[in-house]
Amino acid sequence: MYLSTIDRSRGDGTRRGPRATAATVGANVLALGTVSLLTDVSAEMVTAVLPLYFILTLQLSPAAYGLMDGLYTGATALLRLVGGYVADRFRRRKTVAAAGYGISALAKLGLVAAGSSLPALGAVIVADRAGKGLRSAPRDALITLSVPEPVLGQAFGVHRAMDSMGAFAGPLAALGVLAAVGTTSPAAFSALFVTSFCVAAAGLLTLAVCARDRRDEQPAAIPVRLKAALGLLHAAPVRRLLCAAGLLGLATVGDGFVYLLLLRREAVSTGWFPLMAVGTNLVYLLLAAPLGALADRHGRRTVLLAGYGALIAVYLLLSSPLPGTAVVVAVLCCYGAFYAATDGVLMALASPLLPADLRTTGLACVQTVQALAYFVSSAAFGLAWTTWGTTAATAAAAVTAVLAVTVTAAVLAGRPQQEAA
Amino acid sequence: MTSRTTRITIQMASVTALAVVAVLAIVIARGTGPSAQAATGQISLAPGPRLVARSTASDSTGRLVSVSAGDPAGKRTVSSLSCARVYAAGGTGLCLRLDSGLTTYQLAVLDAHLETVREIPLVGVPNRARVSPSGRMVAWTVFVTGDSYNGGRFSTRAGILDTRTQELIPTLEDWAVTVDGKPHQARDLNFWGVTFTADDRHFYATMTTAGHRYLVLADMTTHHLTALMDNVECPSLSPDGTRIAFKSARGGDPAHGWRLSVLDLATRHVTALAETRSVDDQAAWIDTRTVAYAVSRGRGHSDVWKVPADGTGTPRILIPDAESPAALGTTTQEAQ
Repeated sequence: MYLSTIDRSRGDGTRRGPRATAATVGANVLALGTVSLLTDVSAEMVTAVLPLYFILTLQLSPAAYGLMDGLYTGATALLRLVGGYVADRFRRRKTVAAAGYGISALAKLGLVAAGSSLPALGAVIVADRAGKGLRSAPRDALITLSVPEPVLGQAFGVHRAMDSMGAFAGPLAALGVLAAVGTTSPAAFSALFVTSFCVAAAGLLTLAVCARDRRDEQPAAIPVRLKAALGLLHAAPVRRLLCAAGLLGLATVGDGFVYLLLLRREAVSTGWFPLMAVGTNLVYLLLAAPLGALADRHGRRTVLLAGYGALIAVYLLLSSPLPGTAVVVAVLCCYGAFYAATDGVLMALASPLLPADLRTTGLACVQTVQALAYFVSSAAFGLAWTTWGTTAATAAAAVTAVLAVTVTAAVLAGRPQQEAA
Repeated sequence: MTSRTTRITIQMASVTALAVVAVLAIVIARGTGPSAQAATGQISLAPGPRLVARSTASDSTGRLVSVSAGDPAGKRTVSSLSCARVYAAGGTGLCLRLDSGLTTYQLAVLDAHLETVREIPLVGVPNRARVSPSGRMVAWTVFVTGDSYNGGRFSTRAGILDTRTQELIPTLEDWAVTVDGKPHQARDLNFWGVTFTADDRHFYATMTTAGHRYLVLADMTTHHLTALMDNVECPSLSPDGTRIAFKSARGGDPAHGWRLSVLDLATRHVTALAETRSVDDQAAWIDTRTVAYAVSRGRGHSDVWKVPADGTGTPRILIPDAESPAALGTTTQEAQ
């Protein structure tokens, strides 16, 4: 049951440098990266202006916006699992991913059609998130099936870097469209949503035309049964993996809280709030591929644990009395590094432990466990913040992270690591 | 190789087509802005039998307009001033708007002739504006949100400017709070919907904490807030200072919409008004018996409606194709 790796003959995973990276991770990962980049441009250009659209143009109150924004979690988590299983069952990862990308693309047009009706807008936003839930596991499974196992970390790193590039460009594209139209009238937003749809459609097209579901290299068609999918949960390595994913989720209190804490302790103007996400993303973008490569070379577990170190540093800095911009910069750097060392690396760590015919289901489970644990963690942190105050809450988060890293180290220890050596 | 070429050709052609669609959408939208030729006239914010509002009519979207209190649906005077939200009282106006760079917002304090006397940069999307009956105090609410990475959290904060002393209160979060007679320490305080009393010292507002939406009474001199009632949002004090029009979440849950109601401050009696549609607005009193509020009519258009403040009657359109109403006459009635 161990390491059902797809061993492709291109064992050139040790070359370095950007050109080597492109050659190493392969055209399919670059294609999937492009799909994610375009989709993120499309998604973030809408996300960036949605408060503006809801409040200034539709004259809705923040509470109404909050209702819109709170619509998700449970349904998406379930859909992610169902999507993962369906992708494995019919060995149609690309089709399921395409459905997810397609739903999100259509949701952009739905924003135009929904007008100012709250229920319609709510439905559109749920559809958008459902699409996002549906596509991530099959897409990550496609990545794992596109490259040799020893360079998985790097492949995920490159993909995540391209993904965050899209997240960068999105808000700029939105401002560009609004500036080109010259007003913030409803018509300007219609143009923006249509543009966003076009970008998403280009992403979907790239998926359809350029990305490949390597069905030829998958194991012979033994139909995947639900029983087999449930059997995944009985395998000790998979359980350990899910445990690690849950701990990772528990240790993360949420970006919003981290940035709010920074704002409070530094008395920075709230206008910097969005820029904090930009700073974290920049670090994430720059470090994702190098840390992925590092994980391939020196062990994914090591890099994952080092990522926790960065997270603990974030919490300690936040609860420390040290003043100044340097602390803000340090926090954002550590936070970005934490994401770069854990997000793609966890997927790379997970893939070899999951049999190829159940990989999408397995990845969906990992992502769902992490998401649910994160949901619990951020709610608990919100409660701790309200009852104990910021310092104690942050200290508690640091303790949780230390516990998480210790248990993760123990749980993942003894696993013969899949180092590329 | 040919299939590869075909695929690339299909891809290029489709991307080009999508780009053309996007550009067309932008070009078409460019033509729909309010025309520069919209007739503009002089508007005075001085107390008198007039109402001002923000136009949502296609030819004057966003412009501050003025109508006669006697014939509010009749001829309107359109100013050259564009705002996202407006209010005026006691000869002072407030215009919340997006600045020219489209990235930040500003609050413009206006004199009676619509001249800007002070501009304050705002952080976050502004969504509520109020001026005290005397015209001295101005208040606003901004809505601060991160991006998709902040997990759907948002906060609203209320700011106040004393136009006489120029003292600026950027947020109420550090004021002392009393809930149920006890000091209330919390980090999750959010404020919106300020409405001033006639003495320019007290105001009412909405404060949320731990899932409650309280009506609070605040004292500007002691910086103290006292929670009075739960499930009261966007309060608006009547010109005689005896009642508060507000929106309350149906069944205590904003997901079910809001019912416009009036609270008698002396008896604490709440009267649901005859308006049964969900009203998501801070109502404005046009006299001591009537409140006005905006109801959306599809994207970007709305009408200002009025309904009696005692629960009787039926809602009627007050100003068609407008929102953000403010009656300039109520303050003079009150002074008399």
